[in-house]
Amino acid sequence: MASVTHDHHAHDEHEHHHEEGFISKYIFSQDHKMIGKQFLITAVFMGLVAMLLSILFRIQLAWPGEESEFLHFFLGDKWAPKGVLDSEMYLGLVTIHGTIMVFFLLTGGLSGTFSNILIPLQLGARDMASGFLNMLSYWFFFLSSLIMFLSLFVMNGAIFGIDIPGEWGTSGNGPAMAGWTVYPPLSALPQAVSGSGFGMTLWLISMAIFIAGSLIGSLNYIVTVLNLRTAGMTMTRMPLTIWAFFVTAILGVLSFPVLLSAALLLIMDRLAGTSFYLSDIMVKGQMLTNHGGSPLLFQHLFWFLGHPEVYIVLLPALGLSSEIIATNARKPIFGYKAMIGSILAIGFLSFIVWGHHMFITGMNPFLGSVFVFTTLLIAIPSAVKVFNYITTLWRGSIVFTPAMLFAIALVSTFITGGVTGIILADSALDIAIHDTYFVVAHFHIVMGMSAVFGMFAGVYHWFPKMYGRMMNARMGYAHFWITLVGAYGVFFPMHFVGIAGAPRRYYDYSVYGTFDTESYGMIVDLNVVITFFAIVAALGQAIFLFNFFYSIYRGPVAPTNPWKSNTLEWTTPVEHLHGNWPGPLPVVHRWPYDYSKPGAAEDFIPQNVPLAEGEEEH
Amino acid sequence: MENKLMMILIVVIGAIALAQLVRVYELTSKLRQRGEHEIPNRDNVFNSKLMLLFMIFQFGGFIYLVAKYGWTGRGPAASIEGATTDWLLNLNLIIITAVFFLTNFLLFYFAYKYVKKPGVPAYFYPHNNKLEMLWTVVPAAVLAVIIILGLKTWNELTGPSAPNAVNVELYSKQFGWVARYGGADNKLGKADYKLITSKNKLGLVTEETLLASIEQIEKGEEGIHKIEGQLNSNNIVLSDSVRKAYRESLGNKERLLRLLRQMQATHTKKSDASAYDDVIVEDKLVLRKNTPYEFTFRAEDVIHSAYFPHFRAQINTVPGLVTRLKFTPTMTTKEYRSVKNLPTFNYILMCNKICGSGHYQMKMLVEVLDEKEYDAWFKNKQKETFKASFLKK
Repeated sequence: MASVTHDHHAHDEHEHHHEEGFISKYIFSQDHKMIGKQFLITAVFMGLVAMLLSILFRIQLAWPGEESEFLHFFLGDKWAPKGVLDSEMYLGLVTIHGTIMVFFLLTGGLSGTFSNILIPLQLGARDMASGFLNMLSYWFFFLSSLIMFLSLFVMNGAIFGIDIPGEWGTSGNGPAMAGWTVYPPLSALPQAVSGSGFGMTLWLISMAIFIAGSLIGSLNYIVTVLNLRTAGMTMTRMPLTIWAFFVTAILGVLSFPVLLSAALLLIMDRLAGTSFYLSDIMVKGQMLTNHGGSPLLFQHLFWFLGHPEVYIVLLPALGLSSEIIATNARKPIFGYKAMIGSILAIGFLSFIVWGHHMFITGMNPFLGSVFVFTTLLIAIPSAVKVFNYITTLWRGSIVFTPAMLFAIALVSTFITGGVTGIILADSALDIAIHDTYFVVAHFHIVMGMSAVFGMFAGVYHWFPKMYGRMMNARMGYAHFWITLVGAYGVFFPMHFVGIAGAPRRYYDYSVYGTFDTESYGMIVDLNVVITFFAIVAALGQAIFLFNFFYSIYRGPVAPTNPWKSNTLEWTTPVEHLHGNWPGPLPVVHRWPYDYSKPGAAEDFIPQNVPLAEGEEEH
Repeated sequence: MENKLMMILIVVIGAIALAQLVRVYELTSKLRQRGEHEIPNRDNVFNSKLMLLFMIFQFGGFIYLVAKYGWTGRGPAASIEGATTDWLLNLNLIIITAVFFLTNFLLFYFAYKYVKKPGVPAYFYPHNNKLEMLWTVVPAAVLAVIIILGLKTWNELTGPSAPNAVNVELYSKQFGWVARYGGADNKLGKADYKLITSKNKLGLVTEETLLASIEQIEKGEEGIHKIEGQLNSNNIVLSDSVRKAYRESLGNKERLLRLLRQMQATHTKKSDASAYDDVIVEDKLVLRKNTPYEFTFRAEDVIHSAYFPHFRAQINTVPGLVTRLKFTPTMTTKEYRSVKNLPTFNYILMCNKICGSGHYQMKMLVEVLDEKEYDAWFKNKQKETFKASFLKK
């Protein structure tokens, strides 16, 4: 390697690795690798909570009104008297399940974990631009997770019997119950549903803190990508993972503040008697004087974040899978520049499509037709991505690591969930299936499953980098196949329930008994099937948890570059050190996808290997 | 308690057993000098076959569900607008089903076919502009068709209703619906939430309802005079919190009173007639076959959504905002029953926006009658106009 190129890094060569205390190493760490792991563990915990909540309400949906020891065990006499789920708590479970999955698992967990671990490592940087802000972003995330978790235990406007003074502790039982989208007036009026008391206040506080943390993190990611790339790492030599994290962070910075303002205005309406979202309301016989506000204003603000949020969740997963598919197909990702182009196109379009969540809210139909157009445009870059993944597999030499399996499954769910989006984006068709289980099926597959699969793929692939040990592959296989079959078993039949007309967020479907016994039979049958698969898939996660925690301590020690990958993170030593590279920073000479390049001795050429004589950059 | 202990014990023992198994597995791989990152050929081939098997499960599941529950499983559309929607929905479903089968097939088949074969290198194929252009242009062309057809239908569905459409208001509140027909003049009288009383549940605005509301807010059971009396009385001791609540309620009522007085000052008696002949029906929504309807919607407390699955119609109801939709029923309830071969079938109006604990029970039966039956029913209903019920002692 040419030593000349290293000269300007000479000052880095002096190793500043020093012994750290327990607290600065494991708790208030400013090392991006540790912070990434903190994000991951917190998110895994929150994800488990949200998964458990879904099992609880799935039991009610499959066997409505039947007594269940399991429900009683977790919910007690207050929320599951005699083991039958309370109808308000059902809404609470649905709401918190959605909130945790979207924000805490798939935003904090996915982007937080992998942006942190991979951005400096794949760019050849010693750490994030600001280690302190990075630490702060995790602790904001931790605090908001804690508050959201505690909100499950609100009882009579207090938590565990501890009263909260004044307006903040307005009475109320249970967590927020207005759906994860918390539309006012339902979320603004404690009289309307018991979760809109103190539970909702906690939801708003938690989200405000979450957003602050997410913003700090995103700014840090953007600055790091723009300023701390190592020599030779031009923007068009960055791995697609980094491109995805970079665009994700920009989306977050531009859209999360809007949700924050939406939340602040809602807090005002709840605590200060303002009327941003309220007008002409009579609730539980009480005539309110609020006048001039608009509930639709909240929806516009919410979805202005809410739709980019879908891509904040999805893009990192797509970025991770691009890397994993190329590595394990032993082929360059097909159409690297087109992949970057589609990430940028998706990112841009995601800002001008939010109205497709509001076709039937009473919004002006002309405005609706504009959103139909912009929304359907997104299908084009998405199709480009899918075909490029498929072509990457074509004539590859595929190695089925657990990560590769999850990455391929991600492409499948991205297709299956994506095509139904075409129906929902078409406002004329949305009228008849809006808010039915068809929508639930659509977004769980395209956003939920794809992102979760991307996250699992990332964990299996970069586990050796995170913990210096290998996860067990056979257990990974078992985990994968159970999860994939389980996930399809859960969400595929939901399309049929939905297109037959079953509304979402229904505690039970007994109402169908009064007008269409035939459909009622179908809904009940399929709900049992769905719950069965949900339980199977949930149990399958035990394999993952065991594998994960066992391998952290007992897994076989990882080699430096276990997957024979080209990116820079695999040039760092297995043992973590603050500053990532013991010597000078690596210098980049090529793009990250030189797999199976004709004329090369091995089927991979890491980015820091200079071009051979006469070799052309791809 | 014992059960719970047993459960925990089983989980712990299970975990330990699994850990031991993994140890054994790891020791044997060590003996074979194989690292965990090196995937043995056998595992590779096995997973590639499972990929193909999964594809069969995925496709088979889809076909099974369609065979068992039907293409859409919700019966024919019972309105003109619904038939248009269904035609477009079917077209779109055919397109996306084709894409679903084609792309998933390519994905899983390639995953199966191109599994690593020792000695066969992968084909270095970084890009091909022609191919990429192909899968940009073809989806764009298909989408153009989808967009054009979709917007055309959307404009039809949301456009103005026929001039002879019957006006009906549907009023939503936790957790039920009330229907109001325009009456003899087919005009819905003005309404305002501030006028809601036990005798004027929809808050219709007339000279008399204004007077009654003002009187109630001043002198009624929980009126301003009563509250002032409580607050100023020397004989009652009120706790701070009760006093605070009274003051707040008094402030609200005084504000409402001012607003009502303003309304009264600008009210003209001319519009009263259109409110007085309105017919309010609480038990079910009755519609006339082949008659265009213009529905307007109000919400009393929170957002609800008026969802008519069989007419393929839906719109949210929003406090402070009047929303609308239109449709023309084409089949009477009786006809639909015989088509569906289900004698107990009814049309329904459901709530489809989360609105509180009773959300899942918020419904109203809908009945479509033929022209003759409907006219007889409506004639009978017109005996109970709003005027008659409001003025009843």
